[in-house]
Amino acid sequence: MTDAAELTRRTARLLADHPPATTARQDFLKARFDAGLAWVHYPQGLGGLGAPRSLQAVVDAALEAAGAPDNDPRRIGIGLGMAAPTILKYGTEEQKQRFLRPLWTGEEVWCQLFSEPGAGSDLAALGTRAVRQDDGDWIVNGQKVWTSSAHVARWAILIARTDPDVPKHAGITYFLCDMTDPGVEVRPLRQITGEAEFNEVFLTGVRIPDARRLGEVGDGWRVAQTTLNNERVAIGGMRLPREGGMIGPVAKTWRERPELRTHDLHQRLLKLWVEAEVARLTGERLRQQLAQGQPGPEGAGMKLAFARLNQEISGLEVELRGEEGLLYDDWTMRRPELVDFTGRDAGYRYLRSKGNSIEGGTSEVLLNIVAERVLGLPSEPRTDKDVAWKDLAR
Amino acid sequence: MEGPGPVNTQPDLLYSEEEEALRAAVRDLLADHCDAPGVIARTESDAPHDLAAWKALADGMGLAGLLVPEAHGGQGATHREAAVVLEELGRAVAPVPYLTSAVVATEALLACGDGELLGRLASGRTIGALAVGLHLAPGAAHPVAHVGNGVLSGELTGIADAAVADVLLVPGDDGALYAVRAQDATVTPQTSFDLTRPLATVTLADAPGRRLGEAGPAVRRALRAGAGLLASEQLGVADWALTETVRYLKERKQFNRPVGGFQALKHRLAQLWLEVVNLRAAARAAADALAAGEPSDETSVAVAVAQAYAAPVAVRAAEEALQLHAGIGMTWEHPVHLYLKRAKADSIAYGTAGAHRAALAELVDLSAP
Repeated sequence: MTDAAELTRRTARLLADHPPATTARQDFLKARFDAGLAWVHYPQGLGGLGAPRSLQAVVDAALEAAGAPDNDPRRIGIGLGMAAPTILKYGTEEQKQRFLRPLWTGEEVWCQLFSEPGAGSDLAALGTRAVRQDDGDWIVNGQKVWTSSAHVARWAILIARTDPDVPKHAGITYFLCDMTDPGVEVRPLRQITGEAEFNEVFLTGVRIPDARRLGEVGDGWRVAQTTLNNERVAIGGMRLPREGGMIGPVAKTWRERPELRTHDLHQRLLKLWVEAEVARLTGERLRQQLAQGQPGPEGAGMKLAFARLNQEISGLEVELRGEEGLLYDDWTMRRPELVDFTGRDAGYRYLRSKGNSIEGGTSEVLLNIVAERVLGLPSEPRTDKDVAWKDLAR
Repeated sequence: MEGPGPVNTQPDLLYSEEEEALRAAVRDLLADHCDAPGVIARTESDAPHDLAAWKALADGMGLAGLLVPEAHGGQGATHREAAVVLEELGRAVAPVPYLTSAVVATEALLACGDGELLGRLASGRTIGALAVGLHLAPGAAHPVAHVGNGVLSGELTGIADAAVADVLLVPGDDGALYAVRAQDATVTPQTSFDLTRPLATVTLADAPGRRLGEAGPAVRRALRAGAGLLASEQLGVADWALTETVRYLKERKQFNRPVGGFQALKHRLAQLWLEVVNLRAAARAAADALAAGEPSDETSVAVAVAQAYAAPVAVRAAEEALQLHAGIGMTWEHPVHLYLKRAKADSIAYGTAGAHRAALAELVDLSAP
């Protein structure tokens, strides 16, 4: 069993063999991966040591103290949080060996080709087709949307319809798509904030070898559940200090700008401050449960809470700024590499946070999930269950 | 004043195995001693308090002495354990003077260092009540009795659980806290909104009192612990309301479907669940901060956050339970009214959410205009 002391020893050895001050960033990250200190709960040979997940903190703290570079989890978030756990669970040995290392080191960025113009919350209704050829390869045609990082991604996780004659959940297959292949076209999608953080992706006759299929043919929906569940876990796992989220900038403005204060805003600010602090404590409680190996259902609610709070807090901040609230920092259409919720002005934060209750599952869908999976309430009657996908109304 | 800054020591927000065992024991005891029809029937009798349940909790399990050091005959436990007891008492809307005697009066005595009386309260054979109106927040000004020639006079109203108290802890106008035997005072029940935590007027006419110590710090400490642990009681109330409503909506059928399958209701319950989850974290943080012992601004912040959050959630949970139970929820025989009354009264007890937000504004440097 790999314990904390063993990890401390291994981390010290890594630092001794590859001093951060004199080692190139990529080289250090590769060495860290090969030492099994990338994600310690992953198997040996795949960046881990099969250690308890909670012990990652031991490694991270020691490396941070030594000034070692990290793998920039924000930049590789989709690969790290969604593609990696899915490849680990369903991938062939060849796929795991090929993809996990460059994913973790950031040499290869990933994106997620799931949502479509006609399939958002009803994701399983997707219409992108993958048709098998005589040589076993697949030819893919369709359109995906809301694809963050597609303009910088080397690889994509993709779900496509491989059998239209069976009910919608049964006819989907999961692929790993090479974004440099002919037929993959990425177009910026300009958003409410003025910038193009997301993309539309058009797939026209894209050839995907069968070796890039993840899981069985027709089993894509089940494989995708791993991806989607991990997406939501990733949101609850962060550790925040008090005032660590969006409430921080508003509180700062309140302290520094007494001339902006009104009684009404004071009441609303305090109420939101309390709610933000309580949401932070709930996140901390979830983290403590995870560290004990007993994940609670709180995770399902964290995204709901943060979406609403981010929107209300940033909305308050725009009003607090009064005359300045009528201005905006910059409408230039940029294509940022990173999602930035807090780094810009209040107006941007307000507009961007409107997406928090839509992306990664709408708040309405998440409320259904809480009601059905946590509280055990019955699901809505369904009319699409035993109907072949091709016969569904569209 | 410095800003609140990052908090590096995170509170322990989980329940230990011992705490879960304590919860199970209290829940079992209340299932045997304190069922809803019994509580409803008792509210209409002359004796709304359930002293048999109190005896079982205090005498049988030693829970009245959780906060009292072993040297004074208590358990030497902490607010974390007391909070678990209060969660279960809230879940049962148990009409026992636990919060008032084993927490609030006990904390006042701990501040005064009165070992003898502490020991009696710890055993549960003596019930104490702090003679400060239930609605008052920590730090608020409160009425006092007149002290002259060693005796106390005056009238103090809104004193929770005074009807069953053996000893009243009375602040005097000389700045001291006095112990007054109940038989030396006139305790007149008031008609209380919350039938399970009745209020009374305490009238003193040249009543003899024993000086315990300084009133100011004792009352502040008592009310702060009361406010902080009240959040756990409110968690119990809210958790009951949610659990019971979910159970009912799975059974109740209308339009040939379980009512709980309608999305409009599912979303309301999921939203409520989220608030109860948040309340649990806030209540645990307050209990953990109080358990740390040394009073600090950090403890005051944790208590104020918990109280500012807890009251609206508990009230909403009880209101939602009533609405979603519909017709049956409006009846006297269904217990939901006990929970709504307790939740609404709790939203005033030991300071309103607004009072705690105002306290917070000072504590975390978010001053009013």
